[in-house]
Amino acid sequence: MDIRSQIAMVFHLDKCIGCHTCSIACKNIWTDRKGAEYMWWNNVETKPGTGYPNKWEDQSVYKGGWAKSDDELRLKGMDRKSTMANIFHNPYMPVMDDYYEPWTYDYANLFEAPAGDDQPTARPISLVTGEPIDIKTGPNWDDDLGGSPDYARQDVNMHDLTPAEKEAMFQLERMTMFYLPRICNHCLNAACVAACPSGAIYKRGEDGIVLINQNKCRSWRMCVSACPYKKSYYNWNNGKSEKCLLCYPRLESGQAPACMHTCVGRIRYLGVLLYDADRIKEIATCEEKDLVAKQMEIYLDPFDENVRQAARENGVAESTLDSARKSPVWKFVKEWGIALPLHPEYRTLPNLFYVPPLLPAIADTSTGSYETTSASLWGGIESSRVPMQYMANLFTAGDTEKIREVLKKLMAVRIHRRGVTVGDLHEDECKQAFAETGLTADVADAIFRLTSLPKFGERFVIPAAHREEATELLENTADIKGNTGFGTLNTPQRI
Amino acid sequence: MSDIFLLIALPYTALIVMLVGSVYVYGTQAYKVTSLSTQFLESRDLFFGGLFMHWGIVALFFGHLIAFLFPASVIAWNGNPVRLIILEAAALIFGISFFVGVVILIFRRLRNKRLHRATTDMDIAVFVVLLTQAVTGIWIALTYRWGSAWFASVLTPYIRSLFLMNPDLAAVSAMPLIIKIHISTAFLLIGMIPFSRFMHFLVFPVKYFWRPFQVVIWNRDRKLMRNSTAVTPEVKSRNN
Ligand code: HEM
Repeated sequence: MDIRSQIAMVFHLDKCIGCHTCSIACKNIWTDRKGAEYMWWNNVETKPGTGYPNKWEDQSVYKGGWAKSDDELRLKGMDRKSTMANIFHNPYMPVMDDYYEPWTYDYANLFEAPAGDDQPTARPISLVTGEPIDIKTGPNWDDDLGGSPDYARQDVNMHDLTPAEKEAMFQLERMTMFYLPRICNHCLNAACVAACPSGAIYKRGEDGIVLINQNKCRSWRMCVSACPYKKSYYNWNNGKSEKCLLCYPRLESGQAPACMHTCVGRIRYLGVLLYDADRIKEIATCEEKDLVAKQMEIYLDPFDENVRQAARENGVAESTLDSARKSPVWKFVKEWGIALPLHPEYRTLPNLFYVPPLLPAIADTSTGSYETTSASLWGGIESSRVPMQYMANLFTAGDTEKIREVLKKLMAVRIHRRGVTVGDLHEDECKQAFAETGLTADVADAIFRLTSLPKFGERFVIPAAHREEATELLENTADIKGNTGFGTLNTPQRI
Repeated sequence: MSDIFLLIALPYTALIVMLVGSVYVYGTQAYKVTSLSTQFLESRDLFFGGLFMHWGIVALFFGHLIAFLFPASVIAWNGNPVRLIILEAAALIFGISFFVGVVILIFRRLRNKRLHRATTDMDIAVFVVLLTQAVTGIWIALTYRWGSAWFASVLTPYIRSLFLMNPDLAAVSAMPLIIKIHISTAFLLIGMIPFSRFMHFLVFPVKYFWRPFQVVIWNRDRKLMRNSTAVTPEVKSRNN
């Protein structure tokens, strides 16, 4: 056992209103620079849709993530040798047009244009070339199903859907959508780390944040294609790759990451998960159908004294263990089992989990009016406007049973709360809902509370980084004190 | 006089600048050491240009290196005219590949507006040097046959004499101007290394062949750190 601590996240998709506030907060802090204008370390996508960069999920093009061949795990794109053979030109790298050409507007013209018959306009100006451009696409051009034939219909996750299911997703009166906010997953088995020829990308041992050492990045740009989530971005100006750093300067001073802090829908949760690093390879190599279940196994119970002792011995701080017990992520992911990883089939063991959306799925217009009561207990889920297969392709590597199980739990919470607050449901119905999902009234109430009424401190349980003991991170103060005195690393020996 | 400048002063200056400069840049400004990839802005032409140029220059680099280090073997190889032709043809093909690659890359830079923004004065200098080197190299190959034969008797002694700190221009000074230009541009290129993207081939990531896939860095090495409880049993440091 090699127990480490990981900062993990949960995004509750039913609560996302698609306002992009997170993206703007992130952009204003981190990517408002030349060469980084096109980057959205945090972005919000509409599903169904093709996302950003366009069709990022299509690994037949970008070859991101890992593939299992026999019992071995290999990078889907290029192994070590072909990385070297292709170092002069990366065959799978997305280019600017796959994202979009960033632009601003010629605002000065509004003030400086000479007097004339017409109102002056602010033309769009490319932030790359500095010349006027015709805007063709942007980072969220598929927002709210805009331009569906080009975007939603090209969604990569529709494989294994029946033609009827597919068609139904685009009928005017059945059409639906949900939002998918995305940041770096700070994976346990990160493909970007593995693909970097210079070894510039690393995971921080203490909190699992994945960072790119800007002094070691040599612009071999292999991480860009290797990351299956396309969350490593190439800065065309300074020749360095950049990515979400989970606002580590904020985390270290006890603040939530900017995207999470600003989240209007309060959909984001952040906390510690303890995991067993010795099992990463084994779990990343398991059968596709077992991936989700197995990944859940890697996270260890912070209430288990044996786990805590092993963690302590491995150097995990006591304060981190405390945070792990209070972690909302632990609750959503392990205790309640209602949050799932995005595209587990990429085998990177991502640490960002999503509570899948129940959606306004139940409404039915066959009677001529907008009918929202469902006839049977799970009728709403079965007649969901988003096919279960589609959801499964996103969150469970195609396993519809698993996604149904999670949605039923979410539904059971609703049924229970409706029983409590409105009181118009038969008691048997609640009982049956609990019986089939294994929830209890207490758990359902806890889920409801953490979903709907959480305070700031419950959504973000940030372990102390012990900045006050920063010296100790660099030198062993007890030793130094008795040897050379503070502030020097030389041994007190005469030569 | 110009020989002394081009074939002695310039080489020594370039080598010293390269050695001191690249160690200095690597040590103090590692941030600047990158290949400055432009594939993100334009990928298709880079495929052709980049591949032709790189495979060409890499092969030529090793070709020149072998000719310098093992002149006797090259002469022996050339003993058979068929083998001489094969060697010369191969060298010329790589030379043409290099030349074509550089030309594609130059046109690529000229044609693409986005690339203008990512092109610095140093990039222009880089392409001027590379183009000069490609043109003079091919010119020499076509007009002064056979390079692989006279390299051993003319250039090897000259380069060796440079390294032995005892420059000997006897053989090279009799060479035509074009060859002198080729030599001095090569040293110019070497001298430019610390100031340009040329740094990128000095940091070729060989380590990637054997490093473990996952990299984890701790602020403090838990495994190596001494256990403070050994000194003060009742006090355990709280971090980590
Ligand atoms: C084996 C060692 C080398 C490696 C791994 C290497 C790798 C690279 C890479 C990754 C790029 C960026 C391509 C892109 O835009 O995406 C590049 C560009 C370049 N390399 Fe190399 N290179 C090597 C040797 C050389 C040598 C020996 C030269 C010339 C003396 C050279 C000259 C250039 C030039 C001029 C560019 C810029 C191309 C452009 O953007 O137009 N490289 N190299």
